[in-house]
Amino acid sequence: MVLKKDDEEVLAKNNIIVTTLEKVFNWGRAHSFWPLSYGCNCCPMEMMAAGAARFDIARYGYEVFRASPRQADLLVVAGPITLKMKPVVERVYAQMPEPKWVLAMGNCAISGGPFRDGYSILPGADALFDVDVYVPGCPTRPEALFHGMLELKKKVQGKA
Amino acid sequence: MIQTDNMTINVGPQHPSTHGGLHVEAVLNGEMIVDSKVHLGYVHRSVEKIAESRTYTQFIPYTSRLDYLATHLPTLGYCQAVEKMMGVEIPERAEYIRVIMAELSRIAAHMLFIGSTSIDLGATTGLIYCFRDRERIMDMFEMTSGQRLIASYMRFGGISDDLPEEFFPAIDSFLEDIPKMIKEYEDLLVGNEIMQYRLKGVGRLSAEDAIDYGISGPNLRATGVDYDIRKAEPYGIYDRFDFEVPIATNGDCWDRFILRFKEIVESGKIIRQALDQMPEGEIKGKVPRVIKPADGLEVYHRIESAKGELGYHIVSDGSDKPYRLHIRAPSFVNLMVLSMISKGGKFQDLIANIATLDPVLGESDR
Amino acid sequence: MSNNDMLEKLSADFREAITIETDGNYDVIRVESDKLHSLCSSLKNNWKFNYLANLSATDFKDRFEVIYHIHSIPDNRKIAVKTVLDREKPSVMTVTDIWRTADWQEREAYDLMGIMFTGHPNLIRILLPYDFEGHPLRKDFVPN
Repeated sequence: MVLKKDDEEVLAKNNIIVTTLEKVFNWGRAHSFWPLSYGCNCCPMEMMAAGAARFDIARYGYEVFRASPRQADLLVVAGPITLKMKPVVERVYAQMPEPKWVLAMGNCAISGGPFRDGYSILPGADALFDVDVYVPGCPTRPEALFHGMLELKKKVQGKA
Repeated sequence: MIQTDNMTINVGPQHPSTHGGLHVEAVLNGEMIVDSKVHLGYVHRSVEKIAESRTYTQFIPYTSRLDYLATHLPTLGYCQAVEKMMGVEIPERAEYIRVIMAELSRIAAHMLFIGSTSIDLGATTGLIYCFRDRERIMDMFEMTSGQRLIASYMRFGGISDDLPEEFFPAIDSFLEDIPKMIKEYEDLLVGNEIMQYRLKGVGRLSAEDAIDYGISGPNLRATGVDYDIRKAEPYGIYDRFDFEVPIATNGDCWDRFILRFKEIVESGKIIRQALDQMPEGEIKGKVPRVIKPADGLEVYHRIESAKGELGYHIVSDGSDKPYRLHIRAPSFVNLMVLSMISKGGKFQDLIANIATLDPVLGESDR
Repeated sequence: MSNNDMLEKLSADFREAITIETDGNYDVIRVESDKLHSLCSSLKNNWKFNYLANLSATDFKDRFEVIYHIHSIPDNRKIAVKTVLDREKPSVMTVTDIWRTADWQEREAYDLMGIMFTGHPNLIRILLPYDFEGHPLRKDFVPN
């Protein structure tokens, strides 16, 4: 029996939820990203402010910052990637288990930002890996970071 | 005896406690650090080369991105250096507003130091308290310049905008609350037996070594040397204020930690005096439209930043862009002693040493 | 405390090797590069200039100049020492044995400008990757 869209809504009103396993997993993943504590520069300061009392990333469920990449699933590239940092961030990304997502926070991570014409900066995080969400700003406000994470949530749940 | 071997482990550059991209290669014999090497450069953004292709005014936003915790202090140093080259007069009101912003930045940087030292040692609550209070300073910066963290508020000759009406009640209530905030941190952290055990007697630095290594700021004053550029070589109008320079004697992590509590109180005093003495008037002096210092002029101007001596060495070739701009970063020089003070200590003390030396990697690597 | 007494004595000791000028803020002693180390030694040991605040190098296309801003904390006075180096092979003796703060500051000047400091205990790159080629702050640097 194939359910039509209206049938799902009728069943939901009667507390019967019909779904796929994929949707359940994505619902869990999207509501609880575990970001990696990575970042050097001004943007991580706003990331820390986002985690602190006023902005409170915990109300979205994203407060579990992990120190080890093997336990994290969201790499927030906050700040520029320099030549010396390039092998480090590549290794950290490789150590993260699937499924994983990348959020480029700040102008430096998106395109090199104000330091673009320097000799030691990569032109953005997407030179190294696929970026899922770009959040501009210099530095990115904590509210903008939340907006970016909510966009990522929509993307993961397939609603983007 | 079981035969053991030394183990080399890497602390950082991706690490929750290394203040950005600091990489310490530590050689351990069990828990004890036999030797350590510090590797910098993970945040090297080629700022000095970029300065040579920007006009003097276009470089102002880059200064805040050096020490991004003390928003206005690096900008103050840069503007004063260029004003020295150009011989610009600053109006009185602008000078006072600059002092207020600079000292608020110092308080913000020290609050973050207290928070990050406590979280590095495991006390997450300290970080939350300090960020909560720091947000009040961020609000005041947003009121005046529109930006929270990286405010390019100062201009050559003064500042960009006057203080808005809502700034004054905000800063009055902040200054009144400083003793309460300090008491809260002290109750949580200073009387705390674990903090004392982790910090007292750890990472000792002698006064002689500190001067020889070029250490400056609270790290130098923790060893007993009474040297603060605001008193030794006053810049701007700092000679008009009555404040003390806290000194400690042991040069260990505990002294470096405690000193910054006292510096917050002294900065509060300076801001109060500046608010009381500030006259009405212009906020920007007469400055040529294009900044072109004379060919061959060279200046080295230094200020007491939150981390220590921040100096700008600028060489001009008569054009509108600096020929050479070198930034003497206090965090770069302060990190030199890390290997020395960690040697022979336990591995956990390495984290305490990094935390209390208070490096900012953005300015250390430029 | 003014520097006049000290500058007189140093002029007498070093004669033609040094010239004195001022930049409006610091008294600047221009010294020949082979006499730099002994001048700095004299400043530290005889005149209590115990704090090397800043060491920076500039590429003037036909020459390099290295400037040292030195302070005396006990006497609260300051002096700058400048030396001119050859553009093709810039090299000067290290002052790490006089002020240990010169260790990393000279490494930075080597890394970004390519100036050799003879006698330095560990003259390797500090800010750029260890396999980087070239010295970026030179005026003729071409990025690849």
